[in-house]
Amino acid sequence: MSDDRTGDDGAAVVAAVEAVAERIEEERDHLTQLDSAIGDADHGGNMARGWAEAADAARDLDDPDAETVAKTVGKTLMGEVGGASGPLFGGSLVFAAGELDEGITSETAVAFAETYLEKVEDRGDARVGDQTMVDALTPAVHTFKKSIEVDDLDPIEALAKAVDAAERGVAFTVPIRARKGRASYLGWRSVGHQDPGATSTLFILEELLAVAAERLGVDVPEAAATSPTIPDEDPDEAGDDPAADPGDD
Amino acid sequence: MLLTIMKKLINDPDDVVDEMLEGMTAAYPDRLRRLPDTQVLVRDDGPVDGKVALVTGGGSGHEPTHAGYIGDGMLDGAAAGDVFSSPTADEFEELIGACDAGDGVLAIIKNYEGDVMNFETAIELAEMEGVEVESVVVNDDVAVEDSLYTSGRRGVCGTILVHKAAGAKAAQGADLSEVKRVAEKVVDNVGTMGTALTSCVTPEKGEPTFDLGEDEIELGIGIHGEPGTERTETMPADEITEHLTDAVLDDLNLDEGQEVLTVVNGMGATPQMELFVLNRRLQELLGERGLETYDAWVGDYMTSLDMAGASITVCAVDDELKELFDAPADTPALAVK
Repeated sequence: MSDDRTGDDGAAVVAAVEAVAERIEEERDHLTQLDSAIGDADHGGNMARGWAEAADAARDLDDPDAETVAKTVGKTLMGEVGGASGPLFGGSLVFAAGELDEGITSETAVAFAETYLEKVEDRGDARVGDQTMVDALTPAVHTFKKSIEVDDLDPIEALAKAVDAAERGVAFTVPIRARKGRASYLGWRSVGHQDPGATSTLFILEELLAVAAERLGVDVPEAAATSPTIPDEDPDEAGDDPAADPGDD
Repeated sequence: MLLTIMKKLINDPDDVVDEMLEGMTAAYPDRLRRLPDTQVLVRDDGPVDGKVALVTGGGSGHEPTHAGYIGDGMLDGAAAGDVFSSPTADEFEELIGACDAGDGVLAIIKNYEGDVMNFETAIELAEMEGVEVESVVVNDDVAVEDSLYTSGRRGVCGTILVHKAAGAKAAQGADLSEVKRVAEKVVDNVGTMGTALTSCVTPEKGEPTFDLGEDEIELGIGIHGEPGTERTETMPADEITEHLTDAVLDDLNLDEGQEVLTVVNGMGATPQMELFVLNRRLQELLGERGLETYDAWVGDYMTSLDMAGASITVCAVDDELKELFDAPADTPALAVK
């Protein structure tokens, strides 16, 4: 997020990807736990493996620009994460990467975020309220855009507000019913569970904020500096073992 | 309780797909070629100039689907995912790129969320590279509307008929829109319903995916060991055939005198003897309904590992589809002279 330091943009994205990979690895069991309640318990493992590979691939690039890093990371996620998360997290990134061909500015960052959201919505055919990653992503992207374009905030403040919005979006997934993705097979039993994809989306945004703030040498604004309050696991979930799971092809 | 791990002819479960693909190319070295560092098989003589390419793919465990249908008159290539898991989008993208001869590519997708999302991503990427790609989604399973793994109906054995008809059309030199039209015509006129006598056993898990009692069968099953729509006491073959056939014909709602192609498909561990017993009653039932059988296929086309059971597919045919089903095909799993 450096309006005046575009030469460092590629390195900034590499650093962000490394931070995300580390965070997802830390949260691996947490994500798996969320997914085992409503899905097939593979989100933590698949995402951790995918982001670790993506960080390796990004590090291997020779003095890349931001677009190249984003595209490489997207391709790697697409190939390593598998299932629906590969196309959603990785495929969308490949398409959005093109918005960074002029480097990272407030304007290109907004365009990147909007394209990413659009691709996730299209591919998953999901909208806000379906208990998916879209519930975290949409408020984050809309808030970011508004903060930049309407409120004229600086990029770090805008990103902090986006993280805050994503956090509320994650909380919003808990009391609603899943209508897309594997959790939707549970019908009403999905109510009361936090969506793993929305949760990992929040973690990714938090790391983008932390890395951007660090590289610009500013403090993360107070509102988004604390970890999100994520409800504890649902006390009723023990009996919610989803049907035997042979796969999703 | 003792945990029974079923015996299988495998080494490491993680290596099953890779070793299967190696064995396939070793069996058909002059027909199949594996793209380096992928689980994608393509025609050894491809891409074929002047021809629309047909590609498909999906989880492994349905052999001879998918790669068994690569060859003259059918597919140009297929991506194999892990057992019952979609191939990734980058593998689909490589498949499309390797098969395109410049005349466009038709992607034939079975309706499962993972397959559809990964294939759609790959198609969009291939289009950015300048490849013309169209797709059809096959959803012939009449048993369910929304299943464990799909929104909408599942794609099962009817997919083979899409490969055959669209493949023949492409081999005749038709353009991409014509090939797609024929594929859609099959999709619009085909229905399938299956039954399981036993669950399948995945290499990874080593035990049955679902429990079925000694005297129980499951009706309306899919091809991944997902539960069926109804569990009943086991019945004589004729009664099972009636259940399956009625479900398909009620869905297709054909006029008297309509010609049909039928497929009695084994799920992987069903003796041919039993498939022919089913076919016998199937043909009687069609006659009772005033339908005319144009052709009857019996065999293992779209399996579910070692599941015992069968599916019945009925496809209404017109002159165009009859000509395409009769057209020559030369693939490891299906040959029409």
